[in-house]
Amino acid sequence: MASASLPEQVLKHLFSFLTSDKDRNCVSLVCKLWYEVERRCRRSVFIGNCYAVTPDIMIRRFPQLTSLTLKGKPHFADFNLVPDGWGAYVDPWIAAMSQSYPFCLEEIRLKRMVVTDESLELISTSFHNFKVLILLSCEGFTTDGLAAIAANCRNLRELDLGESEVEDLSSDWLSHFPDGCTSLVSLNISCLGSEINFSDLERLITCSPNLKTLRLSQAVPLEKLPDLLCRAPQLVEFGTGAYSSEVQSDVFSNLEEAFSGCKKLEGLSGFWDVTPAYLPAVYPVCSRLTSLNLSYATIQNPDLNKLISRCHNLQRLWVLDYIEDTGLQALAASCKDLQELRVFPSDPFGPEPNVSLTEQGLVAVSDGCPKLQTVLYFCRQMTNAALVTIARNRPNMICFRLCILEPRSPDYLTLEPLDAGFGAIVEQCKELRRLSLSGLLTDRIFEYIGAHAKKLEMLSVAFVGDSDLGLHHVLSGCESLRKLEIRDCPFGDKALLANAAKLETMRSLWMSSCSVSFGACELLSQKMPRLNIEVIDENGPPDTQSESCPVEKLYIYRTVAGPRFDMPGFVRIMNQDAAH
Amino acid sequence: MEMAGTELRLGLPGTDSSSSASKITNKRPSSDMINSNDDEPAPKAQVVGWPPVRSYRKNVLQASYVKVSMDGAAYLRKINLNVYKSYPQLLKALDNMFKCSIGVCSEREGYNGCDYVATYEDKDGDWMLAGDVPWDMFINSCRRLRIMKGSEAKGLACL
Repeated sequence: MASASLPEQVLKHLFSFLTSDKDRNCVSLVCKLWYEVERRCRRSVFIGNCYAVTPDIMIRRFPQLTSLTLKGKPHFADFNLVPDGWGAYVDPWIAAMSQSYPFCLEEIRLKRMVVTDESLELISTSFHNFKVLILLSCEGFTTDGLAAIAANCRNLRELDLGESEVEDLSSDWLSHFPDGCTSLVSLNISCLGSEINFSDLERLITCSPNLKTLRLSQAVPLEKLPDLLCRAPQLVEFGTGAYSSEVQSDVFSNLEEAFSGCKKLEGLSGFWDVTPAYLPAVYPVCSRLTSLNLSYATIQNPDLNKLISRCHNLQRLWVLDYIEDTGLQALAASCKDLQELRVFPSDPFGPEPNVSLTEQGLVAVSDGCPKLQTVLYFCRQMTNAALVTIARNRPNMICFRLCILEPRSPDYLTLEPLDAGFGAIVEQCKELRRLSLSGLLTDRIFEYIGAHAKKLEMLSVAFVGDSDLGLHHVLSGCESLRKLEIRDCPFGDKALLANAAKLETMRSLWMSSCSVSFGACELLSQKMPRLNIEVIDENGPPDTQSESCPVEKLYIYRTVAGPRFDMPGFVRIMNQDAAH
Repeated sequence: MEMAGTELRLGLPGTDSSSSASKITNKRPSSDMINSNDDEPAPKAQVVGWPPVRSYRKNVLQASYVKVSMDGAAYLRKINLNVYKSYPQLLKALDNMFKCSIGVCSEREGYNGCDYVATYEDKDGDWMLAGDVPWDMFINSCRRLRIMKGSEAKGLACL
């Protein structure tokens, strides 16, 4: 057989053309030889759940990695549903890799993980050619750890702190970057809160001729921007600091001139605390912008409109609901290349609407923007008719996340549930990969989802459904489902136990404030030894639970690592003793 | 400030209880979750983690700096509420700023024994006792702070 006689070098060469993890995983299943060759030449690994596997297992299989991506806490941790101390510590991974990959590991990308200064120091001293550190929504470290990275990683190309929580101990960590030219291509410090040493920042930017992405923190005032931009006219993505100042014509003209000098600028973000009079300084770059993040900018129409309508090439817009329906209509008219729209609420807790943003705005964009495929929309009212129209307009939708602020809100015109509307979305949008539901919904929507949403990979569900049947439809029908997160729905034991095997085909399931009993968790863990069934209960020691007591929070994920042992007292892993 | 304005009632001063129903519940202590077993519709209490907006985003939405006045002080100050993550942190900072001791309402003792208490003006223009509502809700609605003498706050009971 030809493949059996192909020398390893040839196989390696062939495999080098395969970049996607999926392809590489397939290849390694063909035969033992291919598995062996593939694992030795795999350079990049993505681990969607850090507890699905251990560092040792990873290192044993892949002896030479260049890049690791790790995700930790479940998505609902973003909304404070996962108590502090739950886990997702990166330290054991760094410790193990520092022993095994000192000369090859160059890139670490983390999301929702706990990172310590010790780990950052270890990274900076262990990996000789370290280039890329991306920390999205992480926590647990301080600017001291960043100082170590700055000082020791001589070939650092990317440092992105995402929206992490960093304890600001000192403003001078930037001074730890070496004198002379750095290899920095991307720097994102937008999450930092405290003062910045401007001369350090200026020096760093001047000495980084390859810098393409620069996202500043709020502490950088508007007056400093012209100087910084003139030092980096080659920027492709720029995030301002606070965009407010007393209105002064010389500051304005300097800023406008500085922006004009950035001929390659395609993305803008930042815009905290905006003084509207300074927005026109950005006009020179608008026609080239493909990405605009105004989601922190409390600017209203007409200033907002005037800015957006100049951005004819916009592909991605993040904005607050100050844009209102009128602004979205203008967007639909000006930005025909729009692919992604996110509209965030300016007053999420206010009982009354403070802006005129309704379902009409989203309908307008779905009508006017033929390439629209990713939507995140917070609003206060919705109708089935609007959703049906959106579905008909945009069968190319891939990601549809709708958040109607008041839970269980019906169609405000007919007072019916929104089953028909969301049903149209899953029926028409055959490529739909991600869906978030809200409003008043019965089990019927889940019937539609199970029947139609065959490519759906992630589903988020809150305050909806009538019974276990809803959950059963999803688990039994959605072939591509990887992540399911549920809160405050009347789903219980029956659907879970009936679809136990399905859970091993998914990355994870989160259920909080539902009706799953402790006894069912025990049963499930006996049936499915390759799942970790985590019962999270802050109300009392889980040992005192009676069988029929509903658990507060439940997190189920497949794993080859067995139960973990780093969890806090309020987390119990079912059947932990029996399994191992 | 007249005492009538600080009287605890089931409703805003000058409104009848029915029209202010939705406003009341925004100022109640949060309940952890909507109990889906209730037959009647759940009251509009604040629910943990809803709407699903990241704290990072919520914290940045408010005007960063609020004025702080203290009874008897000649000047007002300004502080950035986003810098603090909890009431104790805020009170400690205020203690330092004004060199005084600001008490937190305790369930048992009320405001007895505190030299000063922290009150704030919310988005509706009402003066509220700091500490009742969850922190996130507080920084969303706080427009300015006033540090009041404890003796003046005797009329304010705690729930």
